[in-house]
Amino acid sequence: MHELSVCQALLAQVRATANANQASSVGRITVRLGPLSGVEPDLLAQAFSIARNGPLTAEASLHIDTQPIRIRCRDCGNENEASPNRLLCQACDSYRVDLLSGDELLLAQVELHGVNRHPIN
Amino acid sequence: MCRDCGCSVPDHTHPAPADSHTVEVLSNLMEANDHAAGHNREHFNRTGTLVINLMSSPGSGKTQLLEHTARALKDRFEIAVIEGDMETENDAERLRKQGVRAHQIATGTACHLDAHLVHKALHDFPLEANGRKTDILFIENVGNLVCPASFDLGQHLDVVLLSTTEGDDKPAKYPVMFRAADLVVISKADLLPYMDGFSVERAEQSLRGLGVETPMLSAAAGREVDVEDWIAWLEQQLTAHRQKVEEKPASAA
Repeated sequence: MHELSVCQALLAQVRATANANQASSVGRITVRLGPLSGVEPDLLAQAFSIARNGPLTAEASLHIDTQPIRIRCRDCGNENEASPNRLLCQACDSYRVDLLSGDELLLAQVELHGVNRHPIN
Repeated sequence: MCRDCGCSVPDHTHPAPADSHTVEVLSNLMEANDHAAGHNREHFNRTGTLVINLMSSPGSGKTQLLEHTARALKDRFEIAVIEGDMETENDAERLRKQGVRAHQIATGTACHLDAHLVHKALHDFPLEANGRKTDILFIENVGNLVCPASFDLGQHLDVVLLSTTEGDDKPAKYPVMFRAADLVVISKADLLPYMDGFSVERAEQSLRGLGVETPMLSAAAGREVDVEDWIAWLEQQLTAHRQKVEEKPASAA
């Protein structure tokens, strides 16, 4: 269960963004998560409900945007979606593939409250 | 459960107040760890040390393999080991008995090593000792096929062990860990004749299913010892690493 560590890192970044904008509190936080990121969305949401208690984020909500796994075949160039443990080319069955998406672990957006000027990142 | 705020009221919305702004961030959640890992890597490259992160489930023979690795290499190379366990100094003691320097990190309740823990360890465990620079540093991660995969430590290579006493479909069950591997070692290979459930071919198939070309080799470090392929791989990696560091000394590999 490393989701709590990940969640604490997330909240540190969110609070830094809020402080940089002199926001009074944080609303909706959007995270982009791929199935191959090693982070379970449900466990992250659970960890968030505990870890958000603290300055600026006590009322914050977490929105998890799950990304599909997409691969491109290095042998035939075909692109297809794949599941976490079957990342094979659907056209030629090759395992020589590149991951196009599916391992994201990104803080995408933060909604800030009480900001009077144009926000900065 | 409401996915927005975690409360138990179904189907409700959270209207944004008038003075709210949404900021695009797009930064990696592991940024702080990755930053520390980058520092560790620079530190490793200053002494030209090749750093290998060893991961597997508990009991698949990481320490045993390292004991025999130490025996095979210590006369020719300066070997050091950082051991990660939740508790005890046992594994570091085992390695010291083989005549190599070893440092134990007790993680307490944490199920993985992170870059900060390794950074802290490096303060007490210099890579240059008695006038000699460490050639290879092994970091034996906490036995766990899930969490360690998410934390860069600053290592150059990830090695994942899969022992013949486990299921040969472990790669399919733990895709994130096995996809991270630069090498998969089938450990306890001397037990293969007794393990009806384990086939090296099936293990390889399970690994290829993850869309990777990761090399695989077998090793035994129990009553029977065969670490020849593993040692050859290590020497190859050390040579390749030194070439890279020479070409690009500041931020190598």
